[in-house]
Amino acid sequence: MSSIIASDLLKPFKLKTKQQELLIRVSILCLVYILAFITRLFSVLRYESMIHEFDPYFNYRTTLYLTQNGFYDFWNWFDSESWYPLGRIIGGTLYPGLMVTAALIYRLLHFLRFAVHIREVCVLTAPFFASNTTIVAYFFGKEIWDSGAGLVAAILIAVCPGYISRSVAGSYDNEGVAIFALLFTFYLFVKAVNTGSLAWGLASAFGYFYMVSAWGGYVFIINLIPLYVLVLLITGRYSMRLYVAYNCMYILGMLLAMQIRFVGFQHVQSGEHMAAMGVFFLMQVFYFLDWVKHMLSDTKLFQAFLKITVTFAVAVGAVALGVGMVSGYISPWTGRFYSLLDPTYAKDHIPIIASVSEHQPTAWSSFMFDFHILLFLFPAGLYFCFKRLSDATIFIVMYGLTSMYFAGVMVRLILVATPAVCLISAIAVSATVKNLAVLLRSKNKVVQTGSTKGTSSGKASSKASLDQSQPFQKNGAMALLFGAFFLLSKYATHCTWVTSEAYSSPSIVLAARGAHGNRVIFDDYREAYFWLRQNTPPDAKVMSWWDYGYQITAMGNRTVIVDNNTWNNTHIATVGRAMSSYEDEAYEIMRSLDVDYVLVVFGGVTGYSSDDINKFLWMVRIGGGVFPVIKEPDYLVNGEYRVDKGAAPKMLNCLMYKLSYYRFGELLTEYGKPPGYDRARGVEIGNKDIKLEHLEEAFTTSNWIVRIYKVKPPNNRW
Amino acid sequence: MEGPIRAREALALTLLSLLFFLSRSSALHDLLISNAERRIDLSSHIVKVYLTLKVENAGSSPASEVVLAFPPSQVDHLATVEALATKGKRKKTTFVRLEVKPTELPDAPNDTKYFTIYLANPLNSGESITLEVLYMLTHSLEPFPAEIGQSESQLVYYRDSALVLSPYHIKQQTTFIKTPSTKVESFARVEPTNRAGTEIKYGPYEDRTPYSFSPILVHFENNSPFAVVEELVREVEISHWGNLQVTEQYKLVHAGARHKGVFSRVDYQSRPSFNGVSSFRYLLARLPPRVHSVYYRDEIGNISSSHLRTDSRKSELEIEPRYPLFGGWKATFVVGYGLPLQDFLFESSEDRRYLNFTFGCPLIETVVDKLTFKVVLPEGSKDPSAVVPFPVDQHLETKYSYLDIVGRTVVVLEKKNVVPGHNSHFQVYYTFKPIFMLAEPLMLASAFFLFFIACIAYLHIDLSIRK
Repeated sequence: MSSIIASDLLKPFKLKTKQQELLIRVSILCLVYILAFITRLFSVLRYESMIHEFDPYFNYRTTLYLTQNGFYDFWNWFDSESWYPLGRIIGGTLYPGLMVTAALIYRLLHFLRFAVHIREVCVLTAPFFASNTTIVAYFFGKEIWDSGAGLVAAILIAVCPGYISRSVAGSYDNEGVAIFALLFTFYLFVKAVNTGSLAWGLASAFGYFYMVSAWGGYVFIINLIPLYVLVLLITGRYSMRLYVAYNCMYILGMLLAMQIRFVGFQHVQSGEHMAAMGVFFLMQVFYFLDWVKHMLSDTKLFQAFLKITVTFAVAVGAVALGVGMVSGYISPWTGRFYSLLDPTYAKDHIPIIASVSEHQPTAWSSFMFDFHILLFLFPAGLYFCFKRLSDATIFIVMYGLTSMYFAGVMVRLILVATPAVCLISAIAVSATVKNLAVLLRSKNKVVQTGSTKGTSSGKASSKASLDQSQPFQKNGAMALLFGAFFLLSKYATHCTWVTSEAYSSPSIVLAARGAHGNRVIFDDYREAYFWLRQNTPPDAKVMSWWDYGYQITAMGNRTVIVDNNTWNNTHIATVGRAMSSYEDEAYEIMRSLDVDYVLVVFGGVTGYSSDDINKFLWMVRIGGGVFPVIKEPDYLVNGEYRVDKGAAPKMLNCLMYKLSYYRFGELLTEYGKPPGYDRARGVEIGNKDIKLEHLEEAFTTSNWIVRIYKVKPPNNRW
Repeated sequence: MEGPIRAREALALTLLSLLFFLSRSSALHDLLISNAERRIDLSSHIVKVYLTLKVENAGSSPASEVVLAFPPSQVDHLATVEALATKGKRKKTTFVRLEVKPTELPDAPNDTKYFTIYLANPLNSGESITLEVLYMLTHSLEPFPAEIGQSESQLVYYRDSALVLSPYHIKQQTTFIKTPSTKVESFARVEPTNRAGTEIKYGPYEDRTPYSFSPILVHFENNSPFAVVEELVREVEISHWGNLQVTEQYKLVHAGARHKGVFSRVDYQSRPSFNGVSSFRYLLARLPPRVHSVYYRDEIGNISSSHLRTDSRKSELEIEPRYPLFGGWKATFVVGYGLPLQDFLFESSEDRRYLNFTFGCPLIETVVDKLTFKVVLPEGSKDPSAVVPFPVDQHLETKYSYLDIVGRTVVVLEKKNVVPGHNSHFQVYYTFKPIFMLAEPLMLASAFFLFFIACIAYLHIDLSIRK
């Protein structure tokens, strides 16, 4: 009571503290916004403003097409430069969100007369959206806990390596935009559940639409939200707010999502989306029962009615699902979905998924690498969430737990877990620090002025009165605060170190330390791609392993047989078969595919280990999966993979081996080693006398990393 | 390949036969050339011909023009023709540059093309004058064989006449041909012909009638870089805040004998001077002094292999394309740099300024097939006019750059067949009021001001709602 009077008296002063608080909050947010952006610029400063890795090159190429030819051409684009001779319908097989976003930013900047190149826009899209994510994290944290937790969440997510790994400048990939969209959708949905407002529900539907347009990971949203709703129903937290929020979000979100061609009717037909539909009908049943309960005053009658209705509803649902499945109207779960639920599934059934390193189950160390102290703060945050259970905290707990599971299944899904981990950890940090600070301040006030004005919440003051009995409480709180500060500063240094060392390399340009400590740059990829672009016929077809497909089309501007969009397993297997066959057999395959050039990546001279020889067993496996002629044991010696003298004869004479090591036997790579010493594998190669009959060396880059061979036309038969 | 050669020989023969039937009534023939000495330098892929003519006026009236004749096959490849008149004797010789213009003469035998030299002072009857003529030919060395392997060296044909083609009677003439090395496969003999070291001497020939022609063919080794820029776009952007931004877009090609078959890196690495003798790796660009923030990139990113050496008088940029260029291989790239404005921009009168910059290509010993020079004037400039010492195509464009509203005027100059000889200064005049410099800062400032006003307004409204 006294505090209210005091605040009335000090009204102008109080307004000022409020403004001060606002000022501090806004400036912290601004700083975090800037920090999130600039911490992702290591690669631009260290290398240059360029697109990284593999997939981003496809995104860049399509964005370029979009800005040059307009949206309708982009939407109807049939790309004949990839998957020769099949081609690819680009508009119908991609998530256009990223490209459209970048093109819109580009248009906006040009409208404002900033004459930037589209490449710069693409390079900086991911950091820009990371900055926006911090703002969303702030509001989300504010929604589920308080503004303090929101601020901490914003700071934690701004530098969290798990997120930075996919959003550094140049990593122009769907995830960069999608994490923002994911968190934003969740935030809007939680807001809708908390307020029961149709407007927030509508906003979350649009957020969901943006997410669907940006990334295939939207399936996570459309399964998590029904799960969350189900949990709320089970725990008896059903409310009108939930009903409004979910129905609005689901129906509108579904209609909007179906506008994306790549999703289309899958949204109502595929098994992955059925949970949402089931929960939607369940919701109606619930509402109906609620209404009947309201109308019927007799409990007994209602119980009977409930039994009949539930049985009926479940039966109808099961029959509908069964009929849908049998008739093929509802498509079964895809292999990718299975591999998420069962980590061993891909290894046995889909080698093409298992061959990608980012699809491997996560090692414990990479959790530590990507989350650092958040890994310990996460359970603490869960404790706080359970202590103050609400609709919002239930959501974040569920998001945290499910995404943590998926992060354990696949390395790349650490990304999805990161926002949840940051938010929950932020709750832990914020709640702890707040309690400690309240403790410190209240003690001081008691000792010095004897007033309890400083504590606002009744909880804290009760705690203070409780704590008065404990000795050293102030010192303990102080020590704990310093501990928290120490941990957080460790986190910051760790994040900076990881960003700078591990996640800021474009992987197109390789850098190494020279003998005198100077920086040596291996720019061989671009050398080769640019050579292809300039010195081969414009309609030349290039065969390479699928990893390099996007880069060849984007940088080399030439047609490829297979690329990183691994939609046709047979086609990839054909290339794998060609690479693992003898030269004359491979020549037949290459003739049938109309191949003009073959590109292989070889690290034997520089010691670059992720080259085609090290990937070769996957080519054999994928090729053998479709063509049983290719048998993996033929390439192994006693189950061991080797390239030296003791290698299997088939290995020593297959196309990939020949193309990688052609004339390598004449080269001295290291002092004190025999010629033909492979530095990537540390052995002397087994076949130094390689003759090519149907191919000829067309180009080899200065460090031999990329080797291009020309397929000779067939000999005259008379 | 055979067809054109035969056609040319036939053409030359008909030329010769026609000569005797020509009327001698033209005023041209009042002049005669008492001595002609021609030195043809074939050491690079740009053919430089130094022609020294001693012209005598044998007529009665004073002559103010001297006509040079070129066969039609050479005219297409003719990049520059310059003429100097020598004055004084021996050590005190001074040169006066004379105006040269292409002209049409009514009775030109077999499409012979003419250039007229306008003498500074008319040549009176009986007097004589010594003229130094320099002309350059591009794309005049034809690789033969047209396709070579990696380790073969490049052999080329050069076609010309042993006699200087001229509408005048030439009393005495000699031609020297300098080849880059002593490796000469064959050369046509028109006696007396001598070969010593890297020089082949044709002549002296006495008393040749007008339009005498005697085709010769020299087949020799030339491994100098055949660096041809198919298209070069140079853009100079003037900012009155003190910077001149130059962007140059190159489409480079090795125009020598086409590379055929294998490119073997192991051979190239072990003996680059032998296995890859006809290729080139480096190019040198001469940039103005005090150049800063130089970049060298292409469509797919920065090219890390380049070196910049600067001193007070010049800057040299050594650029290395991503791969060595063999015959027929191409490379496109962009070179950009900034220059201090005060070195190039001068005031001529009230609000009238002019840019003084070098035309031509900064790469040394390079032919540019088509050069487009764009001078981007600052926003708000008026009345642009260009003064170029040789004929170019001109037009105006508009370009929008950062924060432009009305756009910048761009003076576009286009010229085909540019050789290092065109690296002379030209001027672009324009009117610019310094007040326009403040437009963009003011615009930015007002935008930020409005933004902050909006923020303040929003916050106040926000607070009033909470109350």
